[in-house]
Amino acid sequence: MASTTDVGTRPGPGPGVDTGTTQPRRRRPFSVKRLPGFATVAILCFVMLYAPIFTLVVYSFNDGTSIAIWEGFSWRWYEAAWANEQVKEASVRSVVIASFASLIATTVATMAALATTRSRNFKGQTAVYAMINQPLMVPEIVTGVALLIFFALIKVATGYTGLAYLVAAHTAFCIPFAYLPIRARLESMDLSLETAAADLYATPWMAFRRITLPLLWPGILAGLMLAFVISLDDVVITEFVKSAGQDTLPTYMLGQLRRVVTPEMNAISTVFFSISVALVTVFFFLSRRRR
Amino acid sequence: MATAAVEAQRVSKVFGEGPDQVVALDAVDVQIRQNEFFTLLGPSGCGKTTLLRLIAGFDHPTGGSILLNGEEMSGLPPFKRPVNTVFQNYALFPHMTVAGNIAFGLEMLGKGKAEVAETVDRMLKLVRMEALKDRQTSQISGGQQQRVALARALAPHPQVLLLDEPLSALDLKLRKEMQIELKRLQHETGITFIFVTHDQEEALTMSDRIAVMNHGKILQIGSPREVYDHPAERFVANFIGETNLIEADVLAIADGSARLRLGSGVETEADLPDGMEGRNRVTVAVRPEHASLADTDPTLSGQLETVVYFGTDTHYHVRLDGGDLFTVRTQNTRDGGEAHAPGSPIGIRIAEKSVQVLRD
Repeated sequence: MASTTDVGTRPGPGPGVDTGTTQPRRRRPFSVKRLPGFATVAILCFVMLYAPIFTLVVYSFNDGTSIAIWEGFSWRWYEAAWANEQVKEASVRSVVIASFASLIATTVATMAALATTRSRNFKGQTAVYAMINQPLMVPEIVTGVALLIFFALIKVATGYTGLAYLVAAHTAFCIPFAYLPIRARLESMDLSLETAAADLYATPWMAFRRITLPLLWPGILAGLMLAFVISLDDVVITEFVKSAGQDTLPTYMLGQLRRVVTPEMNAISTVFFSISVALVTVFFFLSRRRR
Repeated sequence: MATAAVEAQRVSKVFGEGPDQVVALDAVDVQIRQNEFFTLLGPSGCGKTTLLRLIAGFDHPTGGSILLNGEEMSGLPPFKRPVNTVFQNYALFPHMTVAGNIAFGLEMLGKGKAEVAETVDRMLKLVRMEALKDRQTSQISGGQQQRVALARALAPHPQVLLLDEPLSALDLKLRKEMQIELKRLQHETGITFIFVTHDQEEALTMSDRIAVMNHGKILQIGSPREVYDHPAERFVANFIGETNLIEADVLAIADGSARLRLGSGVETEADLPDGMEGRNRVTVAVRPEHASLADTDPTLSGQLETVVYFGTDTHYHVRLDGGDLFTVRTQNTRDGGEAHAPGSPIGIRIAEKSVQVLRD
């Protein structure tokens, strides 16, 4: 009885406190899940995340021209998008830029990761990491403006106005995205494996080819996927760097939205979304694969 | 005498620079014989692993030279040295099978396919792992990984096999098994083994010779018996087995032995370590099992403090009249022997030829 009154007189016991029994109170570790309203907040967040995309996907199959009034199921906007030459051109351009940019970025990132993890800790290591990851820290709009001005100078000097500017810009901001999974993989790799290979008569090149590279491969692929998706998705920098007639799919869509909005946009977005999800899923499985 | 399998000549290794520098090896001289099971024994940080890494070529000496069968190795990278290593963590290649791991060194040496396959099978048989040939290395137990690491290192038939505390990750029972296994492998292959350990028991049971190291120096080299029965220095006496250290006065020195007077006034003969110069007062080591409790005619006397029963033997801790603690170990018998009560005065007799003078 004493313990019951004791608990009862305490000011404001929480809703979870058991005051009715003599059972010793079990102290549970703090758990966010037990906070009041946790489930509501969680559900709200998920709704905010997925409801817009769900709506977008659903209305891509709308038979009418409105993106807000449902008029029955149809594939017509997919057909329209497929027939749209500008969409095709922009898509191909996006893929070309993303392919080149991600391949170059991954190669550079692999070398950077090897150089920064395969050496003893050195002075200014953090500074080097920061420099490699610069695109993650500098606001994209700043990079965009800087590139616009910088490339303008080169364009005036050389007269060249091709896709190389976009590829170069995309490569630059893709490097940290490729670098991070590769570095993570390298850091978890046992350095004594390379020592063991050297001990077993492998030259440094053979040790790299037979031991380091095969073990690093999932990380490299993951980096490549991530870089590809990031490049494919970019709007801000592309918008600043592109010359006339160099729309990528995202900048084309942005341009269209300023005019008429039809469910064709939904259809394009849905396809784009599916491809991104597929690539990120592959990335996820690659980076999860152990060893 | 045949050329030494490995010879270190005044080998030094200094890590770091300026005030942070650490002398890992200090002008070490050692000759390791052909087909020998040679152990580098010492506490962590004594330089034993550094010496091993210098022989393997993973690090390069700051001074001195290392010879393999009389050939200077300095400057040669590890992949050009006819030496293989069994690593402490095994360092098996996780993306290869058991057979793939064992074949790696042979492939790197450019051996033909048939020869590689034949050698791999022979190695699997040698370490009794035939059944697990095609397993991934992550799917086998620690003890099995150990065997694969051994087979991988033995497959190219190196002139010298280096083993860097390979048994430390195994549990006691498996460790005992592998100790016998390693001895067998060394005997069957005829390869010189250099074994690094901090476990004195492991060193004593397996080695042909032991080098006891501390602070980057080799303090003593000898057979297990020599280093156990005739430790030359205080550190060696303490590190290998248990020992009693007592002070004594030197009465006379002649030809490798000395006449001493112990604190109790009793005179005794003692062995001198090599190259020991004359001194008035010395420290001597006596192993606990080389002394016994005695009521009559004792060498030392004191008071019994504690009695600890160990099953096979009993330890008696005796406070000597001079104030030092002295341990006597006696083998237990079924009849229980004589009972001694703690606190009672007691005498200790040290067996003939059981007193070893220490260099410091």
